[in-house]
Amino acid sequence: MGLKRIWHRLSGGVGGFHGGVDVPQNKRTADRPIEQLPLSPVLIVPVKQHIGEACAPLVKVGDYVRRGQKIAQAEGYLAAPVHAPAAGKVVKIEEHRIIHPSGLGLPCIFIEPDGSDAAETLTPWPDWAERDPGELRERVRMCGIVGLGGAVFPTFIKLVRDQHHPIETIILNGVECEPYLTTDHRLMVEQADEIVAGLAVLRYMVGAREAVVAIEDNKPDAIEAVRAALARAKLTHARVVGLPTRYPQGSEKQLIETITGRQVPAGRLPMHVGVLCQNVATARAVYRAVCHGEPLTERVITVSGDAVPNPGNVRVPFGTPVRFLLAERGLTDIDEVCVIHGGPMMGEYLRSVDVPVAKASNGLLAFHSERVFSLRQQEQPCIRCGHCGEVCPVNLVPNLLADHCRNDAFERAEQYQLFDCIECGCCSYVCPASIPLVHYFRYGKGQLAKIRRAEQFAEESRMRSEARERRLEREKQKKAARRQRAKQLARKTDDAGGAD
Amino acid sequence: MPVVSSPHVHGGDSIRLTMLSVILALLPAAGVAVYLFGWLAVYSMLSAMTSCIVSEALWLRATGRDMRRALDGSAALTGLLLALTLPAAVPWWMVVLGSVFAIVLGKQVYGGLGFNPFNPALAARVILLISFPLHMTSWLVPMSAAHPPLNLYDWHICLAFFLHGPQALGMSLDAVTMASPLGHVKTEWTRGIGVNEALANYHYRYLDAFLGREAGSLGETSALALLVGGMYLLARHTITWHIPFAYLATVALLAALFNSIDPNHFAPPMFHLLAGGLMLCAFFMATDPVSSPVTPKGRLVFGVGCGVLTWCIRTFGGYPEGAMFSVLLMNCAVPLIDHYCRPRVYGHGGRS
Repeated sequence: MGLKRIWHRLSGGVGGFHGGVDVPQNKRTADRPIEQLPLSPVLIVPVKQHIGEACAPLVKVGDYVRRGQKIAQAEGYLAAPVHAPAAGKVVKIEEHRIIHPSGLGLPCIFIEPDGSDAAETLTPWPDWAERDPGELRERVRMCGIVGLGGAVFPTFIKLVRDQHHPIETIILNGVECEPYLTTDHRLMVEQADEIVAGLAVLRYMVGAREAVVAIEDNKPDAIEAVRAALARAKLTHARVVGLPTRYPQGSEKQLIETITGRQVPAGRLPMHVGVLCQNVATARAVYRAVCHGEPLTERVITVSGDAVPNPGNVRVPFGTPVRFLLAERGLTDIDEVCVIHGGPMMGEYLRSVDVPVAKASNGLLAFHSERVFSLRQQEQPCIRCGHCGEVCPVNLVPNLLADHCRNDAFERAEQYQLFDCIECGCCSYVCPASIPLVHYFRYGKGQLAKIRRAEQFAEESRMRSEARERRLEREKQKKAARRQRAKQLARKTDDAGGAD
Repeated sequence: MPVVSSPHVHGGDSIRLTMLSVILALLPAAGVAVYLFGWLAVYSMLSAMTSCIVSEALWLRATGRDMRRALDGSAALTGLLLALTLPAAVPWWMVVLGSVFAIVLGKQVYGGLGFNPFNPALAARVILLISFPLHMTSWLVPMSAAHPPLNLYDWHICLAFFLHGPQALGMSLDAVTMASPLGHVKTEWTRGIGVNEALANYHYRYLDAFLGREAGSLGETSALALLVGGMYLLARHTITWHIPFAYLATVALLAALFNSIDPNHFAPPMFHLLAGGLMLCAFFMATDPVSSPVTPKGRLVFGVGCGVLTWCIRTFGGYPEGAMFSVLLMNCAVPLIDHYCRPRVYGHGGRS
């Protein structure tokens, strides 16, 4: 491994990662400027749009809300509050289907926008550099900012200064390796200055020295734009790194390995290797929150795919129904169409388009159903060609791992590092036998989680019952002791009485 | 409700394409076989491929599965591989029997494609070798156009020979056969004649061995043709370099080492590399994905194991050639090798 470190140094700091695949890019919306989507007649705002705990609604039916007003509040630590995406009236609060693989619903706040401009913002802090990083962190939390690359992890949690694990390098992820998606691309071309300003804020917050903006070399205009913005902002120790186009370069762990030559140890965080990784859109959102006091209420979404008559990049308020969004881009007949939320490699198949877009939505792709591989996939037996292992960015042996998952040999699957799988889909993409390997891994992970929960429950029950037995035993002994004492006392008084 | 799981796009590779690419890669060797052994090679290859496909289809039908799977290319490939490992003078029924063995005993009884622990073609060849040792070790003199009465380039005569054997032409098999270089060296050694002398009285030439102008199984003689096919498979990424490299390097190293100790007893490395079925096994048999390891490290271990066994069997064993046995023996160890040769997963030690 030492050789690889040396090679990494020699090759100018772009070492790459294991495996990966070259996927046809199909970035046909790369030249389409970001457009503002008209307001939908009703916005369906889920109370949870992040990884973590759901928020509690702060508004009642009939309330008038202004854009940017907080309408659902975080109750736990791992949460991000939700803000009204537009001014209007709250018409109902009830469970509604959301974008989630379970197909289950979540409480949603329905807002009928009145088209007014009424907005609520926090005090802009152009003087952020004189403020305490903790204060800025609270601002990021209050503005509901989450990782906009798709993971939607609450951003403020990563923005800490830990003296044991100081952040040396901050990496802005503008890789956007998923085919079709061009949201980060357009944002970098059109809003490079705001992204760079966000980078400066983030770097100040975590006290990092080095800043890197990572962009795949299939976006030369974005590289150029960000480079120019960096020069304009006169940021020191900051550079743009053009990376070879290779999926999944944009995956956090793989990106860190490419840029720093180090791997994030299993079960630990990027900060343990001195790195903070943020998506470019997140950096811009941080800038808007700090310098303009704007909470996160909208994002850029790529609408593309061969079934969309008018593909493009649109700025969409959260809560806009997917059906409305597709109709705005000319797609109204969705009978023979397969809609995917996210990119084609990791995106999620939507069974219904009556779901709202949320903070995680970076793309909506609509394809004619007969052209979608995952819909007509015919699994054949594994011929053990080993291509899956060759392309696996975390170096698993996917075919053996899938065997263990399929056979419900979950302990074995765990031994084969099932939980290190990032579900990037490279293995399934190259499999000549069309085996849905990622699907087996998700199944295995789900089953193992269930087993763990059951084990924990059994353990807790056992401990409770043992505690009860101990308590009963103690009470019995206490009772016996009391009886003994009472007896002795009685005997004593008897004796005393006898002596009288 | 069917499960629809990402990724929603696919690279387009398929089992059929994989099998076809291997068949394509075998075409140079098959061409050399036709050049050397004429119509007999054509008949053997066609009947083996046909019998494999037919027996697979019948088996699939008998077990209530989709018969169209017989056309996925794997049965045809097994047939072609089997034919290329057979001597040119085998009769039709042995080809058919071998094909049925390969498909039924070598593959389908384990559950079909993807589940066979052994390389089906090699398993069938071993059964044939043990059952019909005389036929399986009678090597036709190659390129015998004017070798009356067996003219290899006359389709009519060859068909009669293929269907009815040498007696149909009123000849004995001995008249048109010779020893293979490996067999010759082994026999001479048992008579107390050293390797160098044996090669000299065989008129052995490296160039002949490289191009394939020597006695042997249909497709194993030409190292050149096999190398061309192997390079194609490597370039197309159907196989990786690990197994062929480890296999050939191990044989060469062992041969070089012992040859430098006692050149009269141990054959030189180049002789080993060019002789017998080594090249065919290294590029096409040991690399059979189903019966070889999937991990890179495992493939190296597998290749080294094949190399050691091949050299040992050739040098010390009763059979002149050991490539086939060594691959089959190493096939048994594949699950174990894979389990202990798993690569280091991201974030587990190493670069951190």
